[in-house]
Amino acid sequence: MTNIGPDVQVAVEGPGGPVETTAPTDAPEPRPAGTRARPAWRMLLPTMTPWLATGLVLIAGVVLLGVVGPYLVGDPDAISDVGLAPPSAEHWLGTTQTGQDVLAQLAYATRGSLQIGLMVGVLATLLSAFFGIYGAYLGGAADEGFSLLSNVFLVIPGLPLVIVISGFVPRESRGLWTIAVVLALTSWAASARVLRAQTLSVRSRDYVAASRLSGEKPWRVIGVEILPNLLPVLASQFVYAVIAAILGEAGLSFLGLGASNASTLGTMLFYAQNGFALPLGAWWWFVPPGLVIALFGMGLSLVNFSIDEIINPRLKNARTARRRANAARRAARRTEAAR
Amino acid sequence: MTSVHVTNLTKDYGLRSGLRRSTLRAVDRVSFDLVPRRTVALVGESGSGKSTIAKLLTRMEKPTSGTIDVQLDDRTPVMGSVYQRHVQMVFQDPFASLNPFHSVEHHVARPLRIHRRTHDAASTHARVLEMLERVNLHPAEDMAARRPHELSGGQRQRVAIARALAPGAQVLIADEPVSMLDVSIRLGVLNLLGRLQREDNLAVLYITHDLATARHFSDEILVLYRGRVVERGPSDAVILDPHHDYTRLLAMAAPDPDRVGSVGREGDTAVARDGIDNSVCYDHTLGAWVPIDEAEAAARAATAGGARAGV
Repeated sequence: MTNIGPDVQVAVEGPGGPVETTAPTDAPEPRPAGTRARPAWRMLLPTMTPWLATGLVLIAGVVLLGVVGPYLVGDPDAISDVGLAPPSAEHWLGTTQTGQDVLAQLAYATRGSLQIGLMVGVLATLLSAFFGIYGAYLGGAADEGFSLLSNVFLVIPGLPLVIVISGFVPRESRGLWTIAVVLALTSWAASARVLRAQTLSVRSRDYVAASRLSGEKPWRVIGVEILPNLLPVLASQFVYAVIAAILGEAGLSFLGLGASNASTLGTMLFYAQNGFALPLGAWWWFVPPGLVIALFGMGLSLVNFSIDEIINPRLKNARTARRRANAARRAARRTEAAR
Repeated sequence: MTSVHVTNLTKDYGLRSGLRRSTLRAVDRVSFDLVPRRTVALVGESGSGKSTIAKLLTRMEKPTSGTIDVQLDDRTPVMGSVYQRHVQMVFQDPFASLNPFHSVEHHVARPLRIHRRTHDAASTHARVLEMLERVNLHPAEDMAARRPHELSGGQRQRVAIARALAPGAQVLIADEPVSMLDVSIRLGVLNLLGRLQREDNLAVLYITHDLATARHFSDEILVLYRGRVVERGPSDAVILDPHHDYTRLLAMAAPDPDRVGSVGREGDTAVARDGIDNSVCYDHTLGAWVPIDEAEAAARAATAGGARAGV
């Protein structure tokens, strides 16, 4: 807001008091020839930091394991007579009690967990965007109604409800989609409230009024004028929804209430627990799935911290200030040493 | 060309504190005409109803009573969705009125596309550049690609003016268009508005609290106090020969280097304000005090007289 550079106008002191010159007031700022404005989407990208890079590498690794892994490993259900063998050249991550290859199981289980994480992430984001943004934009009774609904869903205790619903649905019809829908229904409300607050703030800004005044249709006002300003919030909510879904599903499966037709990291832990992996000291059976969950969650969280910097530029300013202070200190030390 | 006839415009807002309900009359029986090539200035302090009138004229709010008739030269009324093609507004704060996410081109191109002024991408782009050139944003090609945060306050307000004129608006409501700008560039933006008004035969409603610019850039001034017009007339007459106490007070409130010492004492205005009566209005064209109940008829008579005098 302090960009007064191009608007400097010289007030010349004339004989009859200050005389305003009518010099060109809005000279364009110098911009290197041939460069164009950065496209709008660039503004939405977080700054590359070591944390963001670590997060992206972790996510890429886990996604690679889940997407490409299943094609490289053998049949995860194939039984052999080498039960509970520790990691070896033949079985990189050892075998389970019934001689199944843990690496093969891990690849398929990661794929299952990623699937459910993505499904819940998309569903929960869609639900929260609809109830949060649309309600706040409409205002009045619709807003009140949608608010009430999200408040009701907010106070429903998530995991117990999930356990009840999962227990209620018979095991044979309890597929991946059932679990995904149940998890999505219990996790959208908090994001909807955040989005509602953001939308209320954005929708009262002048540029929204101006676009309505120029005759934009409501869906365009929401989609083109309001939504882009909410994208960082949406992205962050999506990432958290994915983490929550993977953890929630792992918890359910560990309790034996997960999807019956899918293999996920949670079911792997469930079988490891049932196979007495811990008392038998078969760490290669339960550590890998636990580690994949932990690393993936960590990667997503690191990415989320970077997205938070877009939503709240103050965080970014704090970081750059810290970096500058460190650089100054280093430079001072260097001159000290040179002397 | 389009003109606007505002008759007995009234707006009540419902207030609720606890269980009690009351209404606040923000605008009370205001009548005026906006005709091509003429500027009407609405002057008054914060809360006097200036911006409410702007909201009513742009249909962001519905009037409680009274009418706003927008009609073409042949007296065809302008209604429905074409209303926005004729009446547009420039907002006060150029830092809030442009979407930080979109380029300058988007802001000017959307009204063009909505109101079907252009039909394909190439002609829209050409038209956008033309609009930007008209509001003195050079080089237009470079400016069109920028986003608001790369522009200064004055440049943003120029974009906002280009956006308002893009649908081919004939009636422009400028709600304190320069109050958020640096003093040094206010004149530039006001001169630009004046030039566009002459070129396009615009009818302009200039809302401000600055009497000096109101005098220079408008033909008629309406002084608004607590929702009512307390003094109206040709701009020079209102400023040089204020009759109503409130107008005098407004004129006093502006710092004047020749009058050192007479202002600046806090409490002055508060004391003087007690006696202000907003139930009568001084009309310079009629040269008489008019009670609020007869304001509409008087305004019409004054307009007719003014028109005759002008011819």
